[in-house]
Formats: sequence, C-alpha cells, structure tokens
Amino acid sequence: MSIYSLGIDVGSTTVKTVIINDKKNIIYSEYQRHFSKVRDAVKEQLEIIAEKFPEDTFRVCMTGSAGLGLATGAEIPFVQEVNSAFIAVKERFPDVDAVIELGGEDAKIIFMTGGVEQRMNGSCAGGTGAFIDQMATLLAVTVPEMDKMALEATKVYPIASRCGVFAKSDIQPLLNQGAERKDICASIFQAVVDQTVSGLAQGRTIEGKVLFLGGPLSFLKGLRKAFIDTLSLKEGETALFPEEAPVFVALGCALFAQNGNEEFTIDALFNKINNAKATGGVVTGEPLFNSQQEYEEFIARHKQHDLKYADMRTYKGDAYLGIDAGSTTTKLVLITGDGRLLYQHYSSNQGQPLDKITSKLKEIYSQMNPEIVIKGSAVTGYGEELIKAGLSIDFGIVETVAHFKAASYFCPEVDFIIDIGGQDIKCFKIKNHSIDSIMLNEACSSGCGSFIQTFALALGYDIADFAQLGIMAKHPVDLGSRCTVFMNSSVKQAQKDGATVEDISAGLSSSIIKNAIYKVIRAKSPDELGKNIVVQGGTFLNDAVLRAFEKEMGRNVIRPAISGLMGAFGAALYAKEKSKGQSTIISPEDLQNFSYTSKSAQCGGCTGKCSLNIINFGNGRKFISGNKCEKGAGKAQSSGDESLYEFKYNYLLDMCKESHGSKAKVGLPLALNFYELLPFWKTLFEELDMEIVISGESSRDTYYKGQHTIPSDTVCYPAKLVHGHIEELLEKKVDFIFYPCMSYNIDEGESDNHFNCPVVAYYPELLKANNSRLNDKNFIHPYLDLNREKNVISVMSDVLSGYGIKKSQVKNAVKKSYEALADFRNEVFNRGEQVIRKARENGQKIIVLSGRPYHIDKEINHGIHKLITSLGMAVVSEDAVFQHGHYPHPKVLNQWSYHARLYRAAQYVTTQPDMQLVQLVSFGCGIDAITTDEVREILESKGKLYTQLKIDEINNLGAAKIRLRSLVAAMEER
Amino acid sequence: MDYPVFKDEMKDSYTILVPDMLPVHFKLIINILKKYGYHVELLQTSTREVVDEGLKNVHNDTCYPALLVIGQFINALKSGKYDVNKTALMLTQTGGGCRASNYIHLLRKALKKEFPQVPVISLNLSGLEKGSGLSLTLPLLIKVIYAVFYGDLLMSLYNQCKPYEIHSGDSEKVREKWQQKLTTVFDKREFLKCKKYCRMILDDFAKIERTKEKKIRVGIVGEIYVKYSPLANNHLEEFLLSEGCEPVVPALMEFVMYCLAGSVADSKLYQFKNKKTLVSKIGYDFIHSVQKTVIKTIEEHGVFEAPHDFDHIRKLADKYMSLGVNMGEGWLIPAEMAALAETGTENIICTQPFGCLPNHIVAKGMSRVIKEAYPGANIVAIDYDPGATKVNQENRIKLMLANAKK
Repeated sequence: MSIYSLGIDVGSTTVKTVIINDKKNIIYSEYQRHFSKVRDAVKEQLEIIAEKFPEDTFRVCMTGSAGLGLATGAEIPFVQEVNSAFIAVKERFPDVDAVIELGGEDAKIIFMTGGVEQRMNGSCAGGTGAFIDQMATLLAVTVPEMDKMALEATKVYPIASRCGVFAKSDIQPLLNQGAERKDICASIFQAVVDQTVSGLAQGRTIEGKVLFLGGPLSFLKGLRKAFIDTLSLKEGETALFPEEAPVFVALGCALFAQNGNEEFTIDALFNKINNAKATGGVVTGEPLFNSQQEYEEFIARHKQHDLKYADMRTYKGDAYLGIDAGSTTTKLVLITGDGRLLYQHYSSNQGQPLDKITSKLKEIYSQMNPEIVIKGSAVTGYGEELIKAGLSIDFGIVETVAHFKAASYFCPEVDFIIDIGGQDIKCFKIKNHSIDSIMLNEACSSGCGSFIQTFALALGYDIADFAQLGIMAKHPVDLGSRCTVFMNSSVKQAQKDGATVEDISAGLSSSIIKNAIYKVIRAKSPDELGKNIVVQGGTFLNDAVLRAFEKEMGRNVIRPAISGLMGAFGAALYAKEKSKGQSTIISPEDLQNFSYTSKSAQCGGCTGKCSLNIINFGNGRKFISGNKCEKGAGKAQSSGDESLYEFKYNYLLDMCKESHGSKAKVGLPLALNFYELLPFWKTLFEELDMEIVISGESSRDTYYKGQHTIPSDTVCYPAKLVHGHIEELLEKKVDFIFYPCMSYNIDEGESDNHFNCPVVAYYPELLKANNSRLNDKNFIHPYLDLNREKNVISVMSDVLSGYGIKKSQVKNAVKKSYEALADFRNEVFNRGEQVIRKARENGQKIIVLSGRPYHIDKEINHGIHKLITSLGMAVVSEDAVFQHGHYPHPKVLNQWSYHARLYRAAQYVTTQPDMQLVQLVSFGCGIDAITTDEVREILESKGKLYTQLKIDEINNLGAAKIRLRSLVAAMEER
Repeated sequence: MDYPVFKDEMKDSYTILVPDMLPVHFKLIINILKKYGYHVELLQTSTREVVDEGLKNVHNDTCYPALLVIGQFINALKSGKYDVNKTALMLTQTGGGCRASNYIHLLRKALKKEFPQVPVISLNLSGLEKGSGLSLTLPLLIKVIYAVFYGDLLMSLYNQCKPYEIHSGDSEKVREKWQQKLTTVFDKREFLKCKKYCRMILDDFAKIERTKEKKIRVGIVGEIYVKYSPLANNHLEEFLLSEGCEPVVPALMEFVMYCLAGSVADSKLYQFKNKKTLVSKIGYDFIHSVQKTVIKTIEEHGVFEAPHDFDHIRKLADKYMSLGVNMGEGWLIPAEMAALAETGTENIICTQPFGCLPNHIVAKGMSRVIKEAYPGANIVAIDYDPGATKVNQENRIKLMLANAKK
C-alpha cells in the first residue's frame, strides 16, 4: 500500500488524470473526452484507477475550467488551471521562457522570465481546440486527417484570426470557390497561431525557449509546425513539446496535491464525486412545450404548408430546376410548370459544392422521364457564380430574391421573412410586394445552423436527435444571445452547474432565436416584424428552434414543409418566370464528361495582388474567384471615374509623391484622420522647408508589421493598422513622426459638438506607450485644436522651435495649410458633383458610400466601392454631399464631426430619388452603435433603403455582395 | 422637442427613479433630495430581465452600462410598481467625446414606444440638457458634494474592515448606522463639520475587532459604472472578499475632480477661457480643500489608510499621458493604477465594458507603461457585457490572484 498523488484536470472537453509517486514520477495517466457528462467521465476514470491501484490511498486535487463546480460540490481541493501549469513547468522545465497552452476552449500564455505574466484568452477569442474541431466538421474530415493534409499544403490563405466565427466565414467562401483543402487546413492552423501571437501576447514578444502544452499541440503536427515557423523556433531546442503535454496540467495538479494533508481511498473519492451537490445558478426559461398534446397540435399545424408532389419518372412536360448552393449545404429542386415538386435534395456539401451538385444533377438526368424538358434553371447562394459558370445554368439570382419568391408562393400576403441557414441569418420586410429592408447577420453573430450542429456533435449527438431532446426539456438553460465563442463559455457554465443535455439543447434553440430577433432584426416587439411571417432555412426544420421562435414572438408563423429548400424553390420559380423557352443548362452528355481542375494564382492587375483561384472546366471555360475587381476576372475594368473613393485616395497619394525640404524629414502615418488632414500637415511642413514622408499604402502586411504592438485586440481595424504605419515610418528613417492628438475635430456646424472619437483623438498616446522604439524625440504628438488658428500656431511654433523656425513663419504656413485643406475639401465636393452629373447622364443609380475619411483605405474597405461600380452604379462619399443636407434635430447627441456628416448625408439622400446610402461600419466602432440606428431612421422615415456593411480585417466580400445585390434588386422592384 | 420635460413643479407628484450604481453614495444623496421635496427611489433590481430589457431596447453594440441602466429603467416601468404617468427617470451625464454622453438620448429612444410620457432628468455638470434637469441650487450642490465625501469614506473604511472583521457583520452594522445617521446631519448645516463627523465615523470603524493577518489587496479601477455597480461587475467586491482579498476601490470624488481638472487642462492646451473653465477651477479648488481636510483627519486618526491627494494623482497621470485625454475616464485610469501600485496595492483589476472606446487607450493601452514603472504591478483587464459569463471573469481574476500570491 502506497500513498500517491492524484491530479484530476476537468477541462471544457476532456478529463485528464495523472498519478505521481513521491519521487514526482508519473506512474499513471489517462485522457478522455467527457462529452459534457463531466461527473460520469470522472467516475469512469476513478473506476479504472480503482482497478489498477486497489490498495493505495491518494492525496487529491482537481483543476480545469469545468472542474470548479464539481470540486466545490464534492469538497475536493481545487487549484486554478494556469496555476497548475505553472507548478508543473517550474518542476519539469525550470529554464523555459514562455509557455503556450492551447486547450479545448482556452488559450493561455505564461511568460516565465522577465516578469512573470499569465494571460488567458478574453471573452472574444476563439481559435482553440474547439475551433479546430469545428473547422474539421466544416471540412467533413477528422482532426487527424486535417493535420495530415496541412503538412502537404503549398499555400496559406489569410484567415481572420481573432475569433472562430470570423475565421469560419473566411474559410467557407474559399471552400465554395474550390480552394485546395490541404491549403485550407494549413491556413486554419496558421490562424490559430496568429490568434495566439497577436491576441494573447499583446505587445510582448515570445522568444527564448518556448514550451507547448495542451491536447491540440501534442497531437497536431501541422499546428506545431505553424507555431515553430511563425515564432522562428527550433524543435527540440527552443520549441519543446513534452511527451506528457496532454496531461501536463493534471500533472501540475498532482504536484500541488502532494502538499495536501488529506488522503483518500478511491472508494471514498468515488462517493464524494457521486454525492457532489450540483451548484445552483443556472438561469432557466420556460419549457418549449407544456404537454405532449401541445406538441402534437404544433406538428399538425405546420403540416398544412406543403407542396403538391409529382413523380419524376412518370411526369411528362416542362420542368424548372432551382439550385441553392449554400455555404454549408446544397439544395436542389425540380418543379413542374404548376409548382409541383418532382425532385428535391438537401444535404451538406462537405466543402465540395460543385461535386455535390454535379452528382445530383446526374441523378436527375438518369432518373427523370425522357419526356421531361428542363426549360429553365437558376442558381442562388454562396456558390452561385461557380455553379452558374460550371454547369451553364441560365440565371443566377441573389438569395434574398429567391427566398422572397418562394415565401410569396406559400403566403402571398407575406410581410416578413426570416431565413436561418447554416452560416447566415437573412431577414427581410416586405412592403407593397417588394423587399423593403434587409437584415443580415454580421460576421460576429453568425452562430447559426452550423453552430448548433457543431455543438450537437461535440456533445456526441446527431443533430436531429439533439434537437428532439430539446423539445420536451423541462428547464431550458438561458445561454444569452451572443456569438459562438460566448455561447461556448455559457454552455460550459451551464454544464458546470449541472444542466442536462436536454436543457442545453432547448437553450441553444432559444439562443439562436434571441440572437436573430434582438441582434439581427433588433426588434422591440413582435408587431414590428409583421403579421404574416414565413420562416425558412434548414435551421427551422428543427422543431425546437421553430417553437422557440414562436414562443419568443408570441405568435404562430408559417414554416413550409420544404423550409430547407426555399432558396432552391425560389430559384426554380424565378427560372420559370424568366424562361425563354430553352435552357442553357449542361446537357446529360456533357455532364458525363464534366471535370475540372483548380489552381491558385496571384493577380497582377494592380498593386492589390489579390489571391486568385482559377477553376478550369476544360474547353477554355474558366471560373476565377478571389478577385476584387473585374480586372482579375479577365474583363475590362471600369475607368474608376464613377467612384469618388478612387479619386480621393489617388489625390492624397499623388500629392505626397514628391516632397522637398532641407530642415528635417517628417513622417506622417497614412492612417485614421490623416486621410482627411494630410493636405494640411503636408503644406505646413513643406512651407517650413521640411520634407514629408508618408508611410506606404496599407495592406495585410502593414497590419502584421505592427501587430506586436497592439495592446487591445478589440479596437477597430483602422486603428490596428496605424501600428504598422508607424513601423514603416521608423524604417524610413525619418527625423521624427508627427501625429497630433486632437480631442476636437473641425466644427462644420449643425451639430451639438465636434469631437473626434476617443480612438482617433488619442491614438498617439497609445502608440507611444506600446511601441518601445518611440520616444519624445522621434515621436511628436502635441495637443491642438484646429478650430483655433492661434492655438495651432502657438503649439506648432513650440514644437518646431528647435529647428530655428520663427513664429511668423509658422503663422504664414498655417494660413496656407488651411487653404490647402479647403482646396482638398472643395475638390472632393466638385468631383462628387461631377460623378453625380455623369451618372445621371448615363442613367446610373448613385450610392453614397458613407463612412469616415479613413474608409478610403483599400485595406479597410476591401474594395467595396469597386464592387458597387461593378454592379453598374456610381459611388460618392459622404463628405461630398453632406453640405447639401440639413438635419437639425437628431434624436441623439450629435457631437462628433465625422458622424454629423453622416446624418446630413443621409438627409440629403432622402431628397434624391436616384440615390441610396450604404453605410460602412468598422467592426468595433462603438460610435457607430449610435449612428447606425439614427441613419437608418432618417432613411427609412422617408422611404429609403438602409444598407449597412460591417467591415473588418476579413477580406471576404461575400456578405457585402449579397447585401448590395439585394439592394439593387430592391431598387429595381420599386 | 418631442419628449416630455421634468419641471420643478412636478416634484410633489412624481417619483424619480435612479439606477443602481453606488448604493452607499446614492442613498445619501437620495435622502438629501427628499428633503428638497423630490421623491427619489434607488432601483436595486438585478434580475436577468434587466439585461433582457436592455438587449431589447438598446443597440447591442452599445456599451454595457447603457444597456443595464436602460434595461433597469424599462424593467421598473413595466413592473407595475410605479404609476408610469407620475414617474420620471434620472441619469447622470458626464459630457465629452465618449459614447456615455448619449445614454440619455438612447434612453429616450427606448422610452418612445411604450412610455413616451415619462420624462428623463439629466444630472450633469456640463451644461447639457438645459431645462430638463432638476434645479441644482448651490446649497443643494454643496450638500451633494459632502454626501459624496461621506459616501467615499464609508465605502473605503468598510472595505478596510470587512476582510478582517472577527465578528461577521460588524462592518455592515457600522456602515448602516452611519448611513442613517448622516441623513440627519444634512438637515441643518451640521454636515459642514466634516472633521467632526469623519472622526466619529473613523472611531466607530476602528472599534470593529479585526484580525491582524495580511490579506492580498486588490485595487479596482475602470469605467465608472462598471467599477462601482455590483449589477454590472457581478458583485466584484463581494467576490474578492470571498477569495480572501481586501478590495481597494478609489473614491467617486476622484472622478468628479478628474472631470473638473480635465476642463481646466483643455483650456490650457487649447488656449481658451470660458465660464466653464472658471467654474471648474473654482469647483476643483473647493472640493480639493475639503479633500485635504478629510485626508488630514484620517491621517491624524492614524488607523486607516487615507485616499490620495488629488493633486498627486494628477501629477501621476502626467507621467503617462497628457491631461488632454479626458473622454470617458481618460487619464484617471492610468493615474489611479499608478497610485495604487505606488502604495502597495499592486494587484489591479481594470473593469471595463466590452468594446469601451476610451479604455482601448487609457486602460489596456497604458498597462505596459504602468508595468514598466512598477515591475510588481499585476494588472488584469476584465470585460463586462451581457454575454460574458461570470465563470470566465472569475477565472481570470483567480489567475491574477494566483500570480499575486507568489
């Protein structure tokens, strides 16, 4: 009989146990997934231990994110998990400099030397084990398979690294466009690495000897490689992957337990766990159904909304094909001329939409009666362009239009449609039989259908079974209404508090619904939505979700039996409407021989250097994706004349091409408010015989360059980019960088005040504090107020006094600077007028693309203005039209200059029949939480459409495109 | 104007609701207002419905304080407890370039649909919303200032006693006693005898039997609402107490003085003078003189730790950033962090609403330089929002504490 120490690590997805002897050697260790049945898994482990060590007693301690509740309930000592890791590291690897640990849902860094610091992922940070699992599900491979593929990758795509949901929306289009899966696998790992390096290290460099811990890092070679490469480490020397990595935290816990004084037999321990009291604190909602009868009535009611069916093998006559190439699923329907359903298909596309649709089309061709004539075909969804090109489909339509067509078929009076699909939520209001307003989920809340599926799988259930469990749950857990990452930790907490899988299933259904209603639709009451609501999308096939929606809305809604097929059905109806009598669709013979190859390339059309994906269908037919403008697709590009964004951008760059001066070399970052004030500062310094140097144009690399000095990972992307610009200026060896702090912006009247937003106003302070290369000499950031010329003169005289510049000279220069700024503003205004005039001559619609001055940065706007011009519309910016608008009584405090322009521009748009406003919003812009609602109100009160595009570092214009095309469709219908 | 305005003559028949932020201070102030004929009630609801109402009525990307305050108001109006035709809502408004200046407008927007008749009162010192406030006469204002001082003292002494009390509940008792007793001193001019009352309060707290053990001191700084309101910070002070720590919470008056000093700093930086600058300067000097008295009294008494002289805090801020950074909590956050670190409270929790704009700069943005200046500083930033779970927040705090013990 011996006394050992037992450490139990109950993580978010696994249970790990380690037993050590008094020499601190591991004599037993085990690793097992718990599928949320935390207590059962721990008991199982204890049973195994009891068999192996029947005679021994143990000092025990528990650790882990899901272990706290159990430990408290069972009255077993608990130690914080990072602390456990710390103890184990000190014991086993006393000379490491940093530890990186990735767990199921946590990511942690411990800096061991140079001031001990421990960091955990914040509440907005995915990119962990669970994220990798989720991505594997998306690719329909196992995690080990994914790892193997990643090692063969030849290319890495940029994938947003901040949060799992973002990454997912980057990956999906790549999949749909046919990018190589091995490359995607490697890109996913790279995203996890970027996430850790930028999100966790936050300005601290990871160097020296690094120890890697946690499950994913011990099992995944591809992930290891990505870390080693990114941090320039050497495996075995500066990058250590200990054998016991998966159970390392449990080891620390066992080491901690050694100092305890209580000893238990396994039997005693087992009883303690078994009798552990569940800690309260779960917030629960009402059950979805109060009785079996209620459930049956519900089922019967929804059965009413179904289509008539016809048999494809016996039917003769015209038919129309509709395809919905969704983000995660593929849907096909074939209908008769009178709307009967001949064929339907709904399945996951397993990341290969083209293959899936080809095989299903073959199935249709082989089974259908030879006397059926397909007279028209249409495709919608994420994969629309690819499928249309590959299979010569007649029409491609935007999803929103397809869904509206389908919904009207079931309910001609429909005034509100909500579609929750795998990746997105789409809602639209219908007024006068046309689409009135569209609401799509932003990248941050896209935890929709695929999210519940991933959860089901993580908990060890099939999605259908999982949903069914929720139906009769007694106490659905309240999980809040935010993004997947938040939801993960809510579920974790619920599990900790002893919620059942049933309750979690029902809770997740409610969460999805709350997310849709309050986050996407932002409704205050059900009446706001409409009287006749049609719900659709695959997610609503889940009865629990449907019921949760009805409960939250307090009214019954229509769910067509083909809820998941509505996009395809709408496309088929569209094909029928527009059919010219003959379809261009690929013939059965050609389909038999159909094949394609895909390769990646870089576009050389401009400095943007888009990553292209070229799919070759043979016979010279190609499909190119990844391009942001027409050039990449090999088409002639528009001249850029119809976009004021191009003009402004080029004006500023051209202006700074040449600069002369002998007294000093002054660096100006091409970022934030410099996009407006550059003419001012350039003139000022040049007038004083100083040369100005601007940082280069922004790109993804600019971001990476400054990434290590970003202290707050939730600040907006335009601000994050500044860090890279500062690095560039330092590289350019300027005498000093000039970047003033300004609480106040220029007063343009018609507002309560004229502040800058806090980030724009004080960002130089943050730069100075977080970039160790900046000091008082090379970084000049005075406070000044441009509305007070005297103040500017006095501050600048002070700043430049060391260069032998007299106040009178400054005075003169400042005067010229104001003129230069006015010239620029006038030029923008006049050019805007010109764009508008020209558009009107050509009968084009005009989009006022409204944001902030820095939204002209192409790394920030991702070329959205080009997307708009490619849709045949002209683009002007808010600062070219607001002068015409007046909005004297906003319902908010109108105290920021750039935002005051928005309101006036919106007001002006309401007076112009051929104009619409599209608002660009940078993710994380707190001020826009206020402006967006106000701008919407201004526009909608006068019958205009409101379109908001949220942008981030994500380089994918998929969602923007849907919105803009829907906008075009809505404008056409009016 | 298309919203109802609170007029002074309505005070007899109306109940004014106030959100839960600093229970100790607000209760004192409410009692003073009662003497002036206002019926004021402090909301202390903290159910899930408060958050849900907030989510329904405010843009979800708006900061958490707005969401909670508005949620709590709407929840109260819907509760049936109040006659909605005879109820007004009162909110503080700081002014300046932070989003917080817009809370009142967001509240009005939220009220428009269901409760358009309910007036909103702005309590501010920036001259915003003229005509919709209550008449803050000079005597009333001075009483409120003293109430804040007394509230700060009670809060600070309670925190210094509670972790060490031998008989559980003693500290609460003393706090409650003085909360009651202080109400009466505002009837007459008695409250001005600050020294006398401070000493009595100090004596009472000193009488509490306390252990001599050394506990980990944890400072709380951050966005003003989340820093103080138990509803917003998931009862942070209580959590720290349960973890065996001594919470150190800087005084509310520091925020008031920060606002006044900021306005003076602006006039220097941008070279202008106006009435606001003048009033701020006078206000600052007056408050500072009272603060000095309080500090002196505590120091002479010799048992408890006194707050920092605000002139010193201002100078500390200067080391890290210009006093021109005065949106939100601005330079006050780095200054308070430095002040805490300097006096041995090296473990600091920086509370902030998720996505708080000024805090990018003044909190997360400054922790590097603070750590450089005080290598022992152990700073953790905790985000609060409706989706962030308590377990996540507590884990992060525990992690910091694990570090603190070493």
